[in-house]
Amino acid sequence: MAEPERGREQHGGGQRVPTVIVDELHVVYRVNGAKGGKGSATAALNRILRRGGDAARGVRRVHAVKGVSFVAYRGEAIGLIGTNGSGKSTLLKAIAGLLPVENGRIYTDGQPSLLGVNAALMNDLTGERNVYLGGLAMGMSREEIKARYQEIVDFSGINEKGDFISLPMRTYSSGMAARLRFSIAAAKKHDVLMIDEALATGDRKFQKRSEERIRELRKEAGTVFLVSHNNKSIRDTCNRVLWLERGELRMDGPTDEVLKEYEKFTGR
Amino acid sequence: MSETTHDGGVALGKAPSSDEGLTARQLAEKYGLSVSGARPSLPEYVRQLWRRRHFILAFSQAKLTAQYSQARLGQLWQVVTPLLNAAVYYFIFGVILQADRGLAQDTYVPFLVTGVFVFTFTQTSVMSGVRAISGNLGLVRALHFPRASLPISFALQQLQQLLVSMVVLFGVVLAFGSRPGPAWLLIVPALVLQFLFNTGLALIMARMGARTPDLAQLMPFVTRTWMYASGVMFSIDGMLAGRPEWFIRLLQYNPAAVYMDLMRFALIDGYGSSHLPPHVWAAALGWAVVFFVGGFVYFWKAEERYGRG
Repeated sequence: MAEPERGREQHGGGQRVPTVIVDELHVVYRVNGAKGGKGSATAALNRILRRGGDAARGVRRVHAVKGVSFVAYRGEAIGLIGTNGSGKSTLLKAIAGLLPVENGRIYTDGQPSLLGVNAALMNDLTGERNVYLGGLAMGMSREEIKARYQEIVDFSGINEKGDFISLPMRTYSSGMAARLRFSIAAAKKHDVLMIDEALATGDRKFQKRSEERIRELRKEAGTVFLVSHNNKSIRDTCNRVLWLERGELRMDGPTDEVLKEYEKFTGR
Repeated sequence: MSETTHDGGVALGKAPSSDEGLTARQLAEKYGLSVSGARPSLPEYVRQLWRRRHFILAFSQAKLTAQYSQARLGQLWQVVTPLLNAAVYYFIFGVILQADRGLAQDTYVPFLVTGVFVFTFTQTSVMSGVRAISGNLGLVRALHFPRASLPISFALQQLQQLLVSMVVLFGVVLAFGSRPGPAWLLIVPALVLQFLFNTGLALIMARMGARTPDLAQLMPFVTRTWMYASGVMFSIDGMLAGRPEWFIRLLQYNPAAVYMDLMRFALIDGYGSSHLPPHVWAAALGWAVVFFVGGFVYFWKAEERYGRG
């Protein structure tokens, strides 16, 4: 596992500036009542009455990330690959400070952000109010949102087929809603940007537009992380790849090398 | 946190950096990186929260709008629901049980309606506080913001809800012969203090509810007991006359009763200071400060742990 030594976009005269340092990271989920497979009343009682460790109380522990370490540098675009459930999204969330860390440390430059705003939006509100709500939730100011409002609406293309932005989001088709969500999320600039399989939304036309927007965001951001199952989009955007398998870092290196091994592993 | 240790997997790709020989901690220090997801200091936390004030307000208003948007009568339910509640209590307690002991007939209805509205404010703040984190895990796990934004936002939503229903309350009070006077100005400090108390309580419930979501099943019983013990539909000093003094005072000084009585005292002409326990404003202020500050600190102490599955 060679340390990737590529001289790409290095800032500060060859000196590589770290933006994210992950040191022996462990993330553990706890799931209530997963033991026995049927959250029965007696199992629940057992859980309350029995003191001691999680195992004794029937709380299942899911060890999602097991001792991952790496250093990300400014100007890198890092792809995260691995089969389903290998801990990619969990790793991103932990770096963003959204999941509590069980063990180990994560150091970051500024506040890394996940590209995504879905959870803050409300289906019962109009598209317009959701643009504001989503922007505010991402930490933009009212003035910033007002200044970018038209740009966001135009980018989403919601108003191409009539004045939909003033209708509640629940009246949108799933594609329209996804486009608006992406447009809101992509409106903000980030130091460390993390994208979780956000590329495949909307119709072909919108996909092209959003890929372009992500490339723009990449240029503005210091470091980009991209989770995707699409090896092509990883190859197009990333210069370094981390391969996670069962929560462990299996390989870390230049995109071509890692993808070749990964494709061998998955039999493609 | 957990007491367990892991012998878990060993990372294969532990990359040596160009700053060779430095540990992760030293490297982080050298380039001024900070620990991700660490809890900020209390003053810093307050600053972060202040920067999010627009989000807090927008979120509360959005929740309020979204609440009844599927109903035909829409936002009208904001007023109709508490009014129907008051009507039910009037039927049971006023007509059947005649719990209006110690109060004039035309005082009882505004007394009851004020009590129901004011208590509902606290009750719904508690209930939404319990779910503030546990019911919004998606949001907590997707975006980075001071988590106290959520319970505060929910308390604010309830305040706006109450302000809307105040219109009805004024109508009821006027219809039963009270007239607006300078005393009505006391509504403002009473509401501010109750809002602070509710917010503190919502923050406490949010942290407890984040750890134990089961509280959401339990809380309706707790708040119902609290409601019946706080004299929402009866006057504590009138109904319990003859019981030991300390017992009456205990019920009268409980925060819900304090805030209800202050509002009734401000609004209703026939509800004089003889119904209030001594030093009632001090009690109202005390509850507000203790719960708001205590609740805020209690919530902040677990800031970095919200969102654990």
